[in-house]
Amino acid sequence: MKCICVFLMGLCIGLANAGEASPMAEDPVVEARLVHISQEIRCLVCQNESLSSSRAELADDLRREVRDLIRTNKSDQEIKDFLVSRYGDFVLYRPEVKPLTWVLWFGPFVALLMAAIFMWVYLRQRRATVKPHVLSEAERARVEQLLKD
Amino acid sequence: MKKVFIPLVFFFGLVIFLAIGLNRDPREIPSPLIGKPAPAFNLVTLESDKTFSPEQMLGKVWMFNVWATWCVACREEHPVLVAFAEKNQIPIVGLSYKEIQPQDPAAKQSDAIKLQVARERSAVWLQRHGNPYTTSVMDLDGRVGIQYGVYGVPETYVIDQQGVIRFKHVGAVTPQLLAEKILPLMQGLGKS
Repeated sequence: MKCICVFLMGLCIGLANAGEASPMAEDPVVEARLVHISQEIRCLVCQNESLSSSRAELADDLRREVRDLIRTNKSDQEIKDFLVSRYGDFVLYRPEVKPLTWVLWFGPFVALLMAAIFMWVYLRQRRATVKPHVLSEAERARVEQLLKD
Repeated sequence: MKKVFIPLVFFFGLVIFLAIGLNRDPREIPSPLIGKPAPAFNLVTLESDKTFSPEQMLGKVWMFNVWATWCVACREEHPVLVAFAEKNQIPIVGLSYKEIQPQDPAAKQSDAIKLQVARERSAVWLQRHGNPYTTSVMDLDGRVGIQYGVYGVPETYVIDQQGVIRFKHVGAVTPQLLAEKILPLMQGLGKS
């Protein structure tokens, strides 16, 4: 009898919790697209978080806005364009490739190339100046001696 | 001997680059709205159910200031705006941004009640701190804020006679900013 009581009580707690969990979304298709888009968008309040993971209030509002845009059958690109037109390229984790963002996109490769050229030139010069050391007769004899021991 | 200095030059180049980069305020994001027409909207005002839209300001240079009673930095900039409004004949329109926050007890009420609560609260606040605004529009759900790219209250915009956004500032307006940037800009626009 005690066991059943405890079991029933446990069940009640389980039910109570189930009742409180908020529904994930009204429309799973919209939500899936929302997640897909918002992972690529930076939250402007907590700048190191994406729009999909941020708990800032503005992020909530922006997610609502994106949801509405999805429901009006806007493409991903159109939605991103809207956000960029309001908040700038900064909201995109992968900004568009254009003259203004060339340094951002190609800068590291240019730096790598420059470093490679520098190294190549340096090593060539070094090879020209540093002669390999040739052992003298006495040194050779000493090496032989050491190896024998 | 000369070669020794090459890494040094590189190093200082890097230092200068980082010094500039790290000393910039990451919150200051250039707004793409500068030079673009101010987004249209139509909202009821704090004072009445008559709506306000930016079109009504065509032909005037005006300031658009995003504020809320819960916003701490607004309290800091408010006396600056009040003094500015007293001294200059430049209209300042307020955007009462999301006065009812999600954690607010009033947030669960109907839209009509939320509007009423927001109006009462804002009116009391303006009475206490002074009212620099010709009118304030009620953006309860923050949608107009999104249209203007608001991400940190307070924010201030300068809009010209053609309804084009000429300037945006995020954060509290300081007397220095007004004197050195905003006022010269507005006077320049006023003449043209």
